[in-house]
Amino acid sequence: MTIQQVFFLAVAAITLFAAVMVVSTRRIMHAALWLILALFGVAVSFALLETGFFAVVQVVVYIGAIAILIIFAVMLTRQVFLDVGPQLNRGWWIPAVLVAGLYAALVGVLSTWSGFQTQAAALPEAASDLSQFGLALVDVNAYAVPFEVASVLLLGALVGAIFVASDRKGVER
Amino acid sequence: MAPLYYYVGLSVIMFVIGILGMLLRRNAIVIFMSLELMFNAANLAFIAFSRHYQSLNGQMFVFFVMAVAAAEVAVGLALMVAIFRTRRSIDVDQISSMKG
Repeated sequence: MTIQQVFFLAVAAITLFAAVMVVSTRRIMHAALWLILALFGVAVSFALLETGFFAVVQVVVYIGAIAILIIFAVMLTRQVFLDVGPQLNRGWWIPAVLVAGLYAALVGVLSTWSGFQTQAAALPEAASDLSQFGLALVDVNAYAVPFEVASVLLLGALVGAIFVASDRKGVER
Repeated sequence: MAPLYYYVGLSVIMFVIGILGMLLRRNAIVIFMSLELMFNAANLAFIAFSRHYQSLNGQMFVFFVMAVAAAEVAVGLALMVAIFRTRRSIDVDQISSMKG
């Protein structure tokens, strides 16, 4: 077992612990902070997979934007951060059983694939990877149209979020 | 470098934790966080397989998943704030009608 594998296992353990805390803690604000730790663990995994671009994007977009947005939403929707009362749905055991079955099915399907044990080959030239990625995004024959559609989607989401969340009471009444 | 099944294993377990949180919890914001966990698990699987096959397509998918996730979170949290303003609660068991 190499140093990198040990490092990955440590990162994975921290990530999974943080993920469990996100879904199990009673305090919503703590859940948001645990979510940041879990997202950071995924960013480290991206870096270990030699995709540094996505590690940076993960930190900037997920931790920098989405997690902060979630914390804002927590503060806007709670006067008291401690949740009292039942946290679980009624009939919680039905999804629990279903999810256990899903997990068993996923592990069963994936374990039949033979390629898992192989080590990934070294990247041929790691430096040009990102420029390839950028060129594919603006290439008309590759991903230019989805790229433009994504930008329109983001604009629409921006306008829609402002419209939905804006307080129009003063205007209407 | 760690073998592929390490990353896929982490991805599967994280996805299952996300589904559990989404199905079991009542607070809508916790459901959102579980959704983010599931997005991240899928992204991790995409990147791991893209690295395995040395193909750019998986990374491209992650790029678009992140864009869509950002849009989804913006609209979803705005909805959450709007619902909280009218109902004074974001418990999903109490949001039982679509009437505004």
